[in-house]
Amino acid sequence: MSKFGYTISKPRVIDYDKNDRSVAEYILERENSFRMCIECGGCSSACTTGKYTSFSLREIHVLIKRGENEKPKEQIRKCMLCGKCILVCPRGVNTRNVVFLAKQGFMKSDSYAI
Amino acid sequence: MDKQVLVIGGGAAGLETASQLAKSGIEVTLVEKEAVTGGHINDWFKLFPDRRDSKEVLAYLSEASSGRGITIHSNTTIKEITKKGSHFLYTTSAGNSLIADAVVVSTGFDLFRSARKEEYGYGIYDNVITSADLEKMFRQGKIKMHNGETPSRIGIVHCVGSRDEKVGNLYCSKLCCVTAVKQAIEIREHLHECQVFCFYMDMRMGGAHYEELYREAQEKWAVSFIRGKVSEAGETLNGRLVIKVEDTLAGRPLKMELDMLVLMAGMEMSEGGKDVAEIAGLATGENRFFEPADHHYANNLSNVPGIFYAGTCTAPMNITDTISHARSAAAEVVSYLNSEK
Repeated sequence: MSKFGYTISKPRVIDYDKNDRSVAEYILERENSFRMCIECGGCSSACTTGKYTSFSLREIHVLIKRGENEKPKEQIRKCMLCGKCILVCPRGVNTRNVVFLAKQGFMKSDSYAI
Repeated sequence: MDKQVLVIGGGAAGLETASQLAKSGIEVTLVEKEAVTGGHINDWFKLFPDRRDSKEVLAYLSEASSGRGITIHSNTTIKEITKKGSHFLYTTSAGNSLIADAVVVSTGFDLFRSARKEEYGYGIYDNVITSADLEKMFRQGKIKMHNGETPSRIGIVHCVGSRDEKVGNLYCSKLCCVTAVKQAIEIREHLHECQVFCFYMDMRMGGAHYEELYREAQEKWAVSFIRGKVSEAGETLNGRLVIKVEDTLAGRPLKMELDMLVLMAGMEMSEGGKDVAEIAGLATGENRFFEPADHHYANNLSNVPGIFYAGTCTAPMNITDTISHARSAAAEVVSYLNSEK
């Protein structure tokens, strides 16, 4: 059948109820400071990886919390665990442990196995 | 009423409390550690949100506190306070031992020492200044870089020493956002060609006419607002400042060269207040300000009956709120003295 070039767009909405937030919960259970982020971007500003690649820890934080795991799963490998983000965070988030736990969480989660 | 009250601190809170107490016929002794009363208002040129000259408010306060029944001792601090029965015995730094029926603590705040946020380079780079330094420039009528040149781009950093676990201050200082907006407008008024950028985490414009001032800054003065916490300031080879920040709404790191960087220093419990807390046995809270007996209905009362609080020694507040808080402190003192009769 001819498709005439039309496609059906996938909705852009964050479907909070359907999204898989198990990785977020995995991190939250183990690193309570993950709750404290206010999205100021201090971590991303200090980040060497973010300077050269499309890596933003702030963005990864918020996407994982919303269960939008595709991009974080892809991006999180880029972190070099240098910890400069910990030094600037005004909310005392243990950002390095968040990255570590996120990697672990993705590994444990079948659907997001790295 | 034949009663005597000691007021510690001669800023807006202390002067207004003294004035209100004197109206009730109470003898007030006010001690001020500096040579002049008026506190931080002396260091400010124009006040938010209406940008009136600070001297008008200082004139009101000095007029109100110059009446009968008020004795002001400048260059004086309190060295000792002890409660004997219903009286307080206190000693001043001048060595005088005196008696009071009640004490009002109005020791105010200190501005956050911005050099503590080393990554912003205050005290390292010549053109990194604080909000207080900028007010001095406004007063002199010229905004110049250290080399005497006129800046063409100025950045303003919000929340310096506020909302920052790294310096131990979890609270919001409340006044810095509106001060940033006010100063951004004033820079644009002085220097029509100068671009101004405010770097903020949240714009907290919760006071009367604050949000309107924010709108005016955008609409009339073309001030730019970028949402992100500046992580550091550095210097380029040609001596310009360069800052790093994430433009969180664009989702990408941003760097920008600037001629001048203005740090919005937050408010902290004053060193003088800490001394008073220690000698008088007064409770301080997690944020190091004095802890009132109750935050809802007794925020002028301390843990010591007969000692009261007025103004920013309890929490950051603007001049309007400080004056209201001072008036309620005076009312609390009067009802306390009446009950002690």
